[in-house]
Amino acid sequence: MNANREKALIFEMSKPGRVAYSLPDCDVPEAAPASVIPERLLRAKPAALPEVYEVDVIRHYTELSRRNFGVDNGFYPLGSCTMKYNPKLNEDAARLPGFAKIHPYQPETSLQGAMELLYTLQRDLAALTGMDQVTLQPAAGAHGEWTGLMLIRAYHERRGERRTKVIVPDSSHGTNPSSATVAGFETITIPSDAQGLVDLEALRAAVGDDTAALMLTNPNTLGRFEAQIDEIAGIVHAAGGLLYYDGANSNAIMGIARPGDMGFDVVHLNLHKTMSTPHGGGGPGAGPVGVKSRLIPFLPKPIVERRGDGTYYWDEDRPLSIGRVKPYYGNFGILVRAYAYIRSYGPAGLRRVSECAVLNANYMMHRLAPYYEVAYPGVCKHEFVLSGKRLRAFGVRTLDVAKRLLDFGYHPPTIYFPLNVEECIMIEPTETESKETLDGFIDVMIQIAREAEDDPNLLLQAPHTTIVKRLDEATAARRPVLYCNCE
Amino acid sequence: MTKHRYLPMTARDEAEMLAVIGASAMEDLFADIPASVRYTGDLPISGALDEAALLRHLRALADRNADFDRYASFLGAGIYDHQIPVVINHVISRSEFYTAYTPYQPEISQGELQAIFEFQSYICELTGMKVANASMYDGATALAEAAALASGATKRKRIVVSRAVHPEAREIVRTSARGLGLEIVEVGCADGVTDLGALSAAIDADTAAVLVQTPNFFGCLEDIPAIEALIHARQGLLVMSVNPLSLGLLESPGALGADIVVGDAQPLGIPASLGGPTCGFFAVTEALMRRMPGRIVGQTTDSEGRRGFVLTLQAREQHIRREKATSNICSNQALLALSASVYLSVMGREGMREVASLNLSKARYAQGKLEALGGCALPFSAPSFNEFVVKLPEGTDISALQAKLLAAGYIGGYDLGRTYPELAGHLLVAVTERRTREEMDGFVRALEASL
Repeated sequence: MNANREKALIFEMSKPGRVAYSLPDCDVPEAAPASVIPERLLRAKPAALPEVYEVDVIRHYTELSRRNFGVDNGFYPLGSCTMKYNPKLNEDAARLPGFAKIHPYQPETSLQGAMELLYTLQRDLAALTGMDQVTLQPAAGAHGEWTGLMLIRAYHERRGERRTKVIVPDSSHGTNPSSATVAGFETITIPSDAQGLVDLEALRAAVGDDTAALMLTNPNTLGRFEAQIDEIAGIVHAAGGLLYYDGANSNAIMGIARPGDMGFDVVHLNLHKTMSTPHGGGGPGAGPVGVKSRLIPFLPKPIVERRGDGTYYWDEDRPLSIGRVKPYYGNFGILVRAYAYIRSYGPAGLRRVSECAVLNANYMMHRLAPYYEVAYPGVCKHEFVLSGKRLRAFGVRTLDVAKRLLDFGYHPPTIYFPLNVEECIMIEPTETESKETLDGFIDVMIQIAREAEDDPNLLLQAPHTTIVKRLDEATAARRPVLYCNCE
Repeated sequence: MTKHRYLPMTARDEAEMLAVIGASAMEDLFADIPASVRYTGDLPISGALDEAALLRHLRALADRNADFDRYASFLGAGIYDHQIPVVINHVISRSEFYTAYTPYQPEISQGELQAIFEFQSYICELTGMKVANASMYDGATALAEAAALASGATKRKRIVVSRAVHPEAREIVRTSARGLGLEIVEVGCADGVTDLGALSAAIDADTAAVLVQTPNFFGCLEDIPAIEALIHARQGLLVMSVNPLSLGLLESPGALGADIVVGDAQPLGIPASLGGPTCGFFAVTEALMRRMPGRIVGQTTDSEGRRGFVLTLQAREQHIRREKATSNICSNQALLALSASVYLSVMGREGMREVASLNLSKARYAQGKLEALGGCALPFSAPSFNEFVVKLPEGTDISALQAKLLAAGYIGGYDLGRTYPELAGHLLVAVTERRTREEMDGFVRALEASL
């Protein structure tokens, strides 16, 4: 990285007269815009876009990329985000012309390869989660949650029941309650018990004939498996509610336990987590939703179906469907990558993925336990939660530990989530990290714990080696500067 | 034990790590999962393939689709075959970008944060709006979010939507309106554009917003100044969905009085990819800034006074506000927003005007050729950009026609009868800068031969 130097905005590199584009000459008579379009609808002055040449473009974005950190740069143990390796084959696959250069409204006969892939993926994801049918349309986890809740709503309404409340544990992802709101539900948050698990008494007290669903992540965001899942499912179902599975933590249980067998009625998966599709700096992802048979009629349109003769078609004839949630057929390019991932492992391989992810997490937890308090001791699944509250005695907070990790070339874990753990540090190593990588990170975490005691300023002023120091977020929010005013 | 190129765990690693944990076998780590929900046996999913076999299998699937390299596409309806500058794929293949997550740690994410800041700046420049976010899933879901924002900002529950808005976008607006308890009123069309008389009648004091698209689904340009006057007279909001590429020529929505501008950035260097992933954009007036959904990047300084960028205005978002958030959106389409930014960097001020002009000229040429065909007519007189409607001779079987066009090497237009029964027998045709005169002439000849 170029140390401590501001990077020009592309707008600041502009020089009138330079071009980076190459367009064909017009091989038809030119239509003067004013002869076709009324003056008042034509642009009075051109958009002030930069004028640069191709080398500027490449150097600009190459330098920006060098000021960024991804899984390919190093260890990225961001809890609940499953920052595993993104296989390169999957990238090549999504770029094949037969996948990248096809139109959603082409005749079905000219899309049979793509449709076979989607159909197979629907079936594979259904089998993996123990559900009966899957829609591939939702664009992301939160979008899947909302889709799933709309299905639950339609299901209850169809049965003539008005159920208005969605229950979530206090350890749940923030998207759970906000998706419930957007789907028209009221949220009830219940506390966790001393083990960090669903408090059965609190759940019993919360359910009633207005309960639409319980949304649960299992293993939960503390990395603990909800061992009383049978009782939980029993309580919710007895009250007439449904069980929603937030699949953010599915990387722990592939081939080991299935939400469908735990009593869940609706499931979403984050393909950008469990199925290794790249996070892209914040997207695109994909959040397919699986359901039990009684919810199939309500799935969004369309579903890919297979005819007796082996050809595929879009099933748009779904009279009870909640409608459409995403244009066309979902994030197909992401679905191609996820399919390639599943085929690179197969059933035994996926099971091994989860085993390794869980072993890595337990190993790290055990080695770190003497230095950072484990929030909820006991075997963890693919992630675990530490508390940095012991360091408070030295005037150091979890944020400072995270910033200090940057100096050692690591992406810090998730911090301050879940909300029910003080000074929270949530670590998810994933299965694609080696023992040497884990040991290196653990050693640094131990060193930082010692530094906190011996030289807290080292942490309080961290990071020391990055291209910028800590940034003034308060001013950014109070006096927002949200675009470049370069003219 | 399974060996795999993505998995580093050796038998020795496993033994050493289990020993540290104090477990005797891998199975001990799953002892907390009750037997009643344990899955035993092999999942009934597709089997594993080695690298070469997997590539062969994927290529075989891809080859069964008709792609734009082998067929000249005249299909649009929201997804377009534009020239994608080759530099875009090189930039988004930098794995510092594509293997990163949301820039939660700004000190090591300045590249992504600056890229998003530049994307927001580009969207503001193109749309003429004051504030843009880091992107949305796509143009259609962005439109649904715009309806939600408009309702929240006006404290009104009725949304008026033109039937000339993309049919799938309208369906998504309807689905999300059910969750939010919004009432959707659709207004019909006359001569290919929103019927202004009907629109005027539909707007009242309970109307939160009017949702229009321009160029609309039929390719026609809406009379935005007239629509703006109607909705603002009732203190409702004007929500415009636009094709960003058309803004190389067309007046910016901000200059026309829009309150919220959304659209899909697919025409800006994003592959069609069966319709997704694409990238939605979302821009608003300053007054609506703190109600905007999604991530927003702001400029600030670090502790030594250097310019830097951070995620900002997070008090709106789900991870802080939970059930009180303005939207449940969490991820965006950062990598595709980057594609759009690179596209706009490549095209620049002149290129955007030029590419938009090429689209206009080529579409006019194809329009003229098709109008001259016996039995075909152009039903709408409203001005258009790069897409237009052709009325085919009475009794034309459009799916049979499309099959014949495909056999001749062309991906035909969109059968409007699919979504507008009153327009059965009408074809929506898109012509981008990629189509040569030769292809257009060939397409018209093939169409004539197929009628």
